[in-house]
Amino acid sequence: MMFNEEFETLPRPALEALQLKRLQSMLARVYANVPFYRTALDRAGIRPDDVRSLHDLQRLPFTTKQNMRDSYPYGLFAAPLEEIVRIHASSGTTGKPTVVGYTQKDIETWTELMARTFVTAGAHKGDIIHNAYGYGLFTGGLGAHYGAERLGASVIPISGGNTKRQIMIMQDFGSTVLTCTPSYALFLAEEAKSEGVDFRNLKLRIGIFGAEPWSEAMRAEIEEKLNLTALDIYGLSEIMGPGVAQECYVAKSGLHIWEDHFIPEIIDPETCEVVPEGVKGELVITTITKQGIPLVRYRTRDITSITYEPCACGRTHARLARLSGRSDDMIIIRGVNVFPSQIESILVGIEGVEPHYLLIVDRQDNLDTLEVHVEVDERLFSDEIKVLQALSRSIEKEIKDMLGVTSRVKLVEPKTIQRSEGKATRVIDNRKLV
Amino acid sequence: MHVEQISIFIENKSGRLAEVTRILGEAGVNIRALSLADTSDFGILRLIVNDREKAQSVLKEKGFTVSKTDVVAVEVPDRPGGLSLILQTLDGENINVEYMYAFVERCGENAVIIFRFDETDRAITTLLAKGFNVLEGERLYGM
Repeated sequence: MMFNEEFETLPRPALEALQLKRLQSMLARVYANVPFYRTALDRAGIRPDDVRSLHDLQRLPFTTKQNMRDSYPYGLFAAPLEEIVRIHASSGTTGKPTVVGYTQKDIETWTELMARTFVTAGAHKGDIIHNAYGYGLFTGGLGAHYGAERLGASVIPISGGNTKRQIMIMQDFGSTVLTCTPSYALFLAEEAKSEGVDFRNLKLRIGIFGAEPWSEAMRAEIEEKLNLTALDIYGLSEIMGPGVAQECYVAKSGLHIWEDHFIPEIIDPETCEVVPEGVKGELVITTITKQGIPLVRYRTRDITSITYEPCACGRTHARLARLSGRSDDMIIIRGVNVFPSQIESILVGIEGVEPHYLLIVDRQDNLDTLEVHVEVDERLFSDEIKVLQALSRSIEKEIKDMLGVTSRVKLVEPKTIQRSEGKATRVIDNRKLV
Repeated sequence: MHVEQISIFIENKSGRLAEVTRILGEAGVNIRALSLADTSDFGILRLIVNDREKAQSVLKEKGFTVSKTDVVAVEVPDRPGGLSLILQTLDGENINVEYMYAFVERCGENAVIIFRFDETDRAITTLLAKGFNVLEGERLYGM
């Protein structure tokens, strides 16, 4: 089953011809409307007219998250604000989020791609989709929601949290499809078990899990505990949100990236050269139909490989391998992107706190935990417990307010955290993902 | 009338307390009284020693975070209700006790309690006015 069989099975020559046409039109738009891109293309000595084949894409400059930050909030928008009908944002490194805007047409595209995504995972009209992705500035909730409606499924906009109620609703409403982060799926399983709920008695058939890295071992565990088929979804707000790529239930081997809207490339993050098919590298995406904020060669920093091999499901769109890491130091904690530098800027902002810190990420009871070690020197030290505890609480609150992630601050003796000699170890990730 | 106490930050991991006492022992510093306040992550060791300058410098040398705090040593009649009398007096003046612990040695017939008040000077004045005996630091360090 496919949602848009014509486009999902376009023969490669036709697909590539469509990509080129759309790429050229997008470049003309950003060159005319976005000063950042006009300057970047001029500097690279290339004009939109010079792009005559998909191979010419490699001559174009990259776009980075830093470029988006520098253009905060609307600097990279290619459409006037009155055309923008929705604004989403993801966390940024200095407290400023990365902002994306959608025109009505962008919302329609996203909605269709998310509907394709659901069908690719095996969902159909008549399904009851339990959408536990967060609703709000984060793209997960609303993105999946619109796609589910377009499909004609019944969507339960449950959002995140309140796990007991989630389990009750799943049972009573007869949810058949679950969308959430993989770690939350496992947490649901544990909670259900302690509530005496057996997933074998539930109607859940399919789980679509993403927004954080996971592994084949986690898939096996989720499938066993939740008694469903677990599939991988990929997306990022800069490009669109959820539904950029989705694993098909037929082959369960790689995520189809919707190539009629996105052109993927895999590069060596050091040399920035495109690597051959099947070789691991950093995923770079060019959006070719977006109007609100089209991006040229956006460096996702996600590590994967790509294959153009035909897929058993019949789709002609290339497949990405399961995401296996990052080419920067970003860590994902319960679906929230966190850069160590963000923690650092919060710490230096607190009187008397040294920027010597260590982040310890772990997974307890299937939920990610973040522990922040901070050294106590004489300026911070008080001989009253309550003062030191108040200090810990205030750092935890700052981190929660700025980054939206719950942490536990642990005060440690001075000089016990490794000092930077070149690249300091700032993060210890104890989550077993492989 | 102030007594100088040193406070040391120690992580809650094995061997840290032993390390502090070893350093002090090797430097010839004698511990006169101590109290340990702890949480699940860390503890604060509070000490009255015979040579606080030396204690502070050797501990700092070894990388410990050390601070000095003014506390008050009060003689408490060694009989039922002795401590209660002092606390009632302070409560009547709205002076708060942040923490307190007992001194090892006795002072004649009386016990000695170390107090940390939120208002040290007013606490001393109040106690003296009510006839309690507040001990001088120098006397305490050598007891």
